[in-house]
Amino acid sequence: MTFQRPQFKPQYENYIGGRWVAPIDGKYFEDTSPIDGKLVTRIPQSSAKDIDLAVKKAWEAFPAWGKTSAAARSAILNKIADTIEANIQQLAMVETCDNGKGIRETLGADLPLVIDQFRYFAAAIRTESGSVSDIDSTLVSMEIHEPLGVVGQIIPWNFPLLMAAWKIAPALAAGNCVVLKPAEQTPVSILVLMELIGDLLPPGVLNVVNGFGAEAGKPLASHPDIKKIAFTGETTTGRLIMQYASENIIPVSLELGGKSPNIFCASVMDQDDAFLDKAIEGLVMFALNQGQVCTCPSRALVHESIYERFMEKCLPRVAAITMGDPYELTTMMGAQASNDQYEKILSYIDIGKKEGAQLLCGGQSYKNAQYPGGFYIQPTVFKGHNKMRIFQEEIFGPVLAVTTFKDDEEALAIANDTLYGLGSAVWSRDMHQVQTFVRGIQAGRVWVNCYHVYPAHASFGGYKKSGIGRENHHMMLDHYRNTKNVLISYAKEKMGFF
Amino acid sequence: MTEFCERLAITDAARAVVDQLRARHGALLFHQSGGCCDGSAPMCFAVGDFRIGSRDVCLGEVHGCKFYMSPEQFQYYENCHTTIDVVPGRGASFSLEIPLGVRFLIRSRLLTEAEQANLRPVGVGAED
Repeated sequence: MTFQRPQFKPQYENYIGGRWVAPIDGKYFEDTSPIDGKLVTRIPQSSAKDIDLAVKKAWEAFPAWGKTSAAARSAILNKIADTIEANIQQLAMVETCDNGKGIRETLGADLPLVIDQFRYFAAAIRTESGSVSDIDSTLVSMEIHEPLGVVGQIIPWNFPLLMAAWKIAPALAAGNCVVLKPAEQTPVSILVLMELIGDLLPPGVLNVVNGFGAEAGKPLASHPDIKKIAFTGETTTGRLIMQYASENIIPVSLELGGKSPNIFCASVMDQDDAFLDKAIEGLVMFALNQGQVCTCPSRALVHESIYERFMEKCLPRVAAITMGDPYELTTMMGAQASNDQYEKILSYIDIGKKEGAQLLCGGQSYKNAQYPGGFYIQPTVFKGHNKMRIFQEEIFGPVLAVTTFKDDEEALAIANDTLYGLGSAVWSRDMHQVQTFVRGIQAGRVWVNCYHVYPAHASFGGYKKSGIGRENHHMMLDHYRNTKNVLISYAKEKMGFF
Repeated sequence: MTEFCERLAITDAARAVVDQLRARHGALLFHQSGGCCDGSAPMCFAVGDFRIGSRDVCLGEVHGCKFYMSPEQFQYYENCHTTIDVVPGRGASFSLEIPLGVRFLIRSRLLTEAEQANLRPVGVGAED
């Protein structure tokens, strides 16, 4: 089944204070689709003035929104989810057009997870409690939560709607107002979403300001009137965001990527069964979303005793990845998100070759006859060792680096020999061995006998340089709230100091 | 005086972008980013905007811009020669060239034995 490139307005505006507002300087940039390199629409190229306006409108909305009952906020989040569900096909096509990923992923993963994220936080705020402690017979301590106020959020381009949902849902659920800046490569799906859900929220509660990092992101991250900044991206900008946050002494949550190890123990090959088939798919998961996932299993560690036999089964599965028209449901891999991303991935494939890694498959761009102007790269597998740059640097493309290990100790050493600690996985039929890896790996997520599963209520975040905070779980609510302690004395007697 | 071999180079196209940005933002530096999305690429900032860490490694200077990275990342660049290039595109970081519709990018090769024997020593922190 083939879907269509959706229709867009020739130009979009910022969404501020419940209205569509033109950028104050009147500047726009061209948004193109990585599928064919062609123009999608024009997007506001906002400046600090637009950010100022949005922060002001958000503060105007906050006194009422921050006091809205959990039941009312929850009902709105559920309405947002219902509206997205009713428009899932349109939003999936828009996301595919702007990002380049296959429609089977936007329809089957991105959008269903977006919907569930809103429902999850709608439920979470109805069922949680604060805490009350009897300190002694006349002293009671209450921990209560209050929203921070206006928060800034900077969204990445790899899952534009889903990463927006991961940030918007907990922030709104906790009673904050939001100023959000979408990624400049993929701004339009969030704007189409706002056309659908904008009226469900009071004006000013959720504001979207578009533009470039240096021109709009920086004024947002450094704004003296935001009470928190959330960012998903790379480490240098992550450091810069923390630096700006230090000027205002506000909290940050950061998700900065990884170089996730995917460990295949010898027992995987003990039987030729459904589990082996699942493990093979687990290795090929590096190609999901064209490898543009922070938790991409970009390092496969395979026990030396099964390496040849296992890779004999995996490489044909990589070769069977269907590329082609991202709007076609059978297409497994679409376009990389932008030209610079495409060039960077090719430059790292070149580095892998120069470092002496053995190219097992792929290793070049994919010529898409239907879309010669798009940015496509073949799924690529290298064999090498963990000190190589292709094993240490996040390529953010469909490039897998495979190496072998001789025992569990060596596998753990390799797995942890990385700057990052976001995702990881272990594949084994031996539960004792599994437990050794689960506790030994330094990462915020260890998948056991599965990969790339992201259900709401399973926390997501990094160890080491991979970031700060845990999204996709109700604990994120506390990243968007202050805790107030109320200490109540029932004693009538004075303390006796004065 | 010894002539050192450099770890860094820059293409003419990237020089032209640096000139354009310098005219607007003043003195510039590069900091190699890691991690997801737009990582594994050099970020260009005005000197004084991005705070160089006390342990950051300075690999040298290209076209008047010092080039830094974290010491942890440098472990994997120690044996590499890096050329700063520019391609059309649109990153999502805070790097200054992005509004121009271009993106800095690095191209790498291994340093030769002769180069390795006579490399310019790296600096540490903002003073170098």
